[in-house]
Amino acid sequence: MNLAAQINSLLAALILLTAFGLLVQKRMYGLLHIFAWQGLFLSVSTAVVGYAAGTHHLYISSVLTLLLKVILLPYILHVLIQRLQIHKEIETVVNVPTTMLIGIALVIFSYHLTAPIRELSTLVTRSTLAVALATVMIGLLMMITRRHAVTQIIGFLAMENGLFFAATSATYGMPLVVELGVALDILIAAFIFGIFFFHIRTTFDSLDVKQMAKLKEED
Amino acid sequence: MTFSPVGAASSSVLLFFLLAAAALLLKRNQRLLITAGFSLAAVASLLAVAAGGLVVWSGLIHKLILPIGLPDLPFHLRLDPLSGFFLTVIGLLGFFVSIYSIGYCRGFLGKRSVTYLVIFYALFMAGMLLVVVADDAFFFIISWEIMAAASYFLVMFEDEHAENRKAAFLYLVVAHIGAIAILLSFGVMAGFAAGVEEGFNGYTFDAMREAKFPTGWATLAFLLAFFGFAAKAGVIPLHVWLPEAHPVAPSNVSALMSGVMLKTAIYGIIRIAFDLIHVFPWWWGAMVLVLGVITAVMGILYAVMQQDLKRLLAYSSVENIGVIIIGIGLAMIFTSFKLPVLAALALIAGLYHTLNHAMFKGFLFMGAGAVLHATQERNMEKMGGLIHKMPWTAALFLVGCISISALPPFNGFVSEWLTFQAFLFTPALPNALLKLLIPLGAALLALAAALAAACFVKAYGVTFLGHWRGHNPLNPPLLRGTKGVVEVDWFMRLGMILTAFSCLALGVLPTVVIGWMDTISEQMVGTKIAASAGAFGWVWLTPVSHERASYSGPIVFLGILAVVCATYLLLHVRRTAIHRAPIWDCGFEKLTGRMQYTATSFSMPIRRIFGFLFNIKEQVRITPPVPPCNKGGVGGLHYHLRVRDRFWGWIYEPISDVSFWVARKVGMLQQGKIHIYLIYSFVTIIILLMFFR
Amino acid sequence: MIYPIVIEILQTLILLAAAPAFIGWIRMVKCWFQGRTSPGIFQPYRDIAKLFSKDVVLAENASWIFRFTPYLVFGATVLMAGIIPILSVDLPFSATADVIALVALFAIARFFTALAGMDIGTAFGGMGSSREMTIASLAEPAMLMAIFTVSLVSQSTSLSQMVQVVAHGQFILRPSLAFALLAFILITLAETGRVPVDNPATHLELTMIHEAMILEYSGRHLALIEWAGMMKLFIFAVLGIALFLPWGVAATGVLTGIPAAFLFLIVKLGFIGIVLVLIETGLAKMRIFRVPEFLGSAFLFATLGMLSYFMLE
Repeated sequence: MNLAAQINSLLAALILLTAFGLLVQKRMYGLLHIFAWQGLFLSVSTAVVGYAAGTHHLYISSVLTLLLKVILLPYILHVLIQRLQIHKEIETVVNVPTTMLIGIALVIFSYHLTAPIRELSTLVTRSTLAVALATVMIGLLMMITRRHAVTQIIGFLAMENGLFFAATSATYGMPLVVELGVALDILIAAFIFGIFFFHIRTTFDSLDVKQMAKLKEED
Repeated sequence: MTFSPVGAASSSVLLFFLLAAAALLLKRNQRLLITAGFSLAAVASLLAVAAGGLVVWSGLIHKLILPIGLPDLPFHLRLDPLSGFFLTVIGLLGFFVSIYSIGYCRGFLGKRSVTYLVIFYALFMAGMLLVVVADDAFFFIISWEIMAAASYFLVMFEDEHAENRKAAFLYLVVAHIGAIAILLSFGVMAGFAAGVEEGFNGYTFDAMREAKFPTGWATLAFLLAFFGFAAKAGVIPLHVWLPEAHPVAPSNVSALMSGVMLKTAIYGIIRIAFDLIHVFPWWWGAMVLVLGVITAVMGILYAVMQQDLKRLLAYSSVENIGVIIIGIGLAMIFTSFKLPVLAALALIAGLYHTLNHAMFKGFLFMGAGAVLHATQERNMEKMGGLIHKMPWTAALFLVGCISISALPPFNGFVSEWLTFQAFLFTPALPNALLKLLIPLGAALLALAAALAAACFVKAYGVTFLGHWRGHNPLNPPLLRGTKGVVEVDWFMRLGMILTAFSCLALGVLPTVVIGWMDTISEQMVGTKIAASAGAFGWVWLTPVSHERASYSGPIVFLGILAVVCATYLLLHVRRTAIHRAPIWDCGFEKLTGRMQYTATSFSMPIRRIFGFLFNIKEQVRITPPVPPCNKGGVGGLHYHLRVRDRFWGWIYEPISDVSFWVARKVGMLQQGKIHIYLIYSFVTIIILLMFFR
Repeated sequence: MIYPIVIEILQTLILLAAAPAFIGWIRMVKCWFQGRTSPGIFQPYRDIAKLFSKDVVLAENASWIFRFTPYLVFGATVLMAGIIPILSVDLPFSATADVIALVALFAIARFFTALAGMDIGTAFGGMGSSREMTIASLAEPAMLMAIFTVSLVSQSTSLSQMVQVVAHGQFILRPSLAFALLAFILITLAETGRVPVDNPATHLELTMIHEAMILEYSGRHLALIEWAGMMKLFIFAVLGIALFLPWGVAATGVLTGIPAAFLFLIVKLGFIGIVLVLIETGLAKMRIFRVPEFLGSAFLFATLGMLSYFMLE
């Protein structure tokens, strides 16, 4: 393994760690910080892959990730949390140790799942594919196990991070046009989420998605 | 005449049968019966040890066909290293327990007749010895049933308590369901071992060894046999009979049941998997491993919750069976991936733990028996401070606790260490999923080992240390001389001292033991490990290579001993003034024995952390104050705690409900009128005639 | 032949002599951080000397176990001193125990301390024993997983071999080792009874764990236990160095490497002391029923280490 691949592995490990951090963190601001760190690692990793593979458009993706996921989105969410005055403890549906064990199981599962791809691929970054898939799954798990709407959007964004990482590690990134489009989508999604939060809160006086159960028809 | 192992083994079994018969003659003189009977049992056990030890050492296979049995299927006997090893284990503990029993059974003098105890004790031992030397299915099942029936009567020995009768019945039911499964398994294998025209020949183990089984049928045979043996060994979820039956049996019998009877099931699993079927897919091993891990962790968690000393030990047996099964499961996985050296390591680890568990669990049950003998009490909440009254028992019991908690330099540590080493080799497996999942099993085994230490700190601390918690807490009998908690007699002490020494020897000299056991792994998986395990002499145990891992029992033992002695001497050169003072009471001045931590309170943190695994009911009741007490106080606080096995509700209660329902439906056939029964017969005949005309 | 034995004795002496200084260093740095005047690095020596010169006061109910425990705890700890490669990997006794056996040696000391806590028959003793054993049993799976991860790299659990492979082999960035190190730090805090799991400086009734067990000890018994406790922290520190930062330890047969190794050791220990103080100052002691989550994250880190070894390396 050359040095770039080693650094990329290290960053993959850190991304996995932040994914688990998102899963177990109980405070809202802590969650935001971890999310920002994940974006940073992703951005550095993209740059490293770009350097190693000599594909220069990855630098643009890297900068884009840095701006969007490390600075802009956390800032928007931060403002949102302050505006909405969300209390800081996060309620979970499943307790933390169980979530952690499920997370470990998901990592093992995604390793098992990506094994055939690893056999076929020749890229230096192929071993990080399992981590990328695991990040996606853990993001989804986070959306399932958390009650709060804001934590759900963070879970959603973490999933997107995983997908982005999968793209860089499996194929040295998507074409630049696609990436720009995705970045724009994410941004718009974040705004739409923000607007929805206000609507949910004015309707239910809470951001607990459990309240949405009230929307169904009574028997 | 030279010494022949087969001769020694057979004469050992014959001696036990003789003892069972002679016990009836000596019925009049109970004291003589106990002394002579158990001495004879000790001699017979020694013969078994000699036979087994020699066979394992030489690695030769001896066969014998007895002229009795079924017309076409005489009894086949076979002594090979595997059966020799179990013969040694059974004989060794049998020897220690027999010596102990001379003292223990004297406690029954004048209370009840021990004739039946002696008879069934002898039959029980004979049955276990026969199980491991049997070489055909029919003889195996007969021996198995002798063992099961004899142990049933032993559990029933103190049958005046309804609890004992219930436990014995449960034991009988589970044992027989298991036996049926084993029988069916043998039937499946025999069907492939020989054609119908060859009669019973397929039922000999030799024929099964030769046979080639289709995978599906082999799986069925293995699953059936594993179910049967797991029921006997107490693998979770088939363990429920164990904590009921072991505590109520007389303690010498509990020692044998926990120490060696469970091991016959281990023998059965190894015999069927490695010897009779010997080619299997990896998932068999994975299944065994998973069950082993669950058994180990759940078993010890249940043990931590107990307040009854013997029940605690019984649950801890469940845990240790789990540890043994883990070793066997790893060996099976390694075998199916063609890694014989690692399979040998795992198998040796499992077998070593078998031997160790026989020693220390037998030992702990003997110790619990000594406590029971002296205090007439099994509930730990009513004990405490026994170390002052029973110094010998206390010191010896401590050795057992250290051994079972897997602490160096005693024996429990060596086998758990070997199991961990086997775990550390799992990255060599070619299957990616197994590679990632098996380390989690190792972590759970570590949890079980650490919880075992917590469990035995509790058992020892509550029973032997602190103050007496007995019936009269305000008047601790420790200081006055109680109603008679006295040290047990020399026979019991001798039995325990010998076991303690064997625990130490097995812990300090693992290289020698592994060198001796090597023929077994050669027979079962085709490789020896002693050459590498003892490559640096008897002091260093280096399972695979010295660069991989090493452990030295003698140096740990002597090193700690030397530093302790040196420190002690250095500090006692000067002066050794020691003042005795009352314990610090925070100025409260009214400390009583009731204020100590109890068994229940000791396990509270663990109960709370792992509570979701149990069915726990906790109740606190406050009674109003009695009149002379000042206002606002409370009369009494009552704490009630019930911890139940979830498996009862999940598995056993539905099954028992269904079987009662079926029984009631079938019971409706019973009308008690003769003409209705005649109608049944008539209808049966008509139907038969219709179909088989 | 004579040379390894000299090293062996030398490093045992270093452990015996330097453990109190290490504790003194930690307390000193802590004082600086909290703006207090420190009593100096040598205060632990004075404490131990004072305790040795005092008479022993034993509880009326104490049995021989209570009196035997300090010697055993001390003995087991000193034995470990000869096993961990501190200065050189060339140790005759290093093969006595691998990492797993080393953990078990800690366990035997803990087992007897817990028994001693129950021996006197006070509520405090029992409370301490119960909590200590609970925490230890939760720490054990994480510890084993960390060991498993580290042993994947060096294909060994023998300490000399592990040091040899990591320090003198080719340097590779290993995320698995980083995770294992994180787990090891958390476990160390739990096992040596530091903040946030236990507070070594408190005698506040309901928060004591280790102190509750040894509450009734006095005189030379207490001195031995305290000294062994200091050595335990020191051993965990050098164990961490041996497993994760072994650069600088002298290789087999290199006599000249010893002074350099010694200097490296001092620098590393000073650094570890500062890290420890930062952790202890930054965190508050947690409730006992938060400890399972704390150790659960240690287990998570160790497991992630294991997984990332297989997935990424």
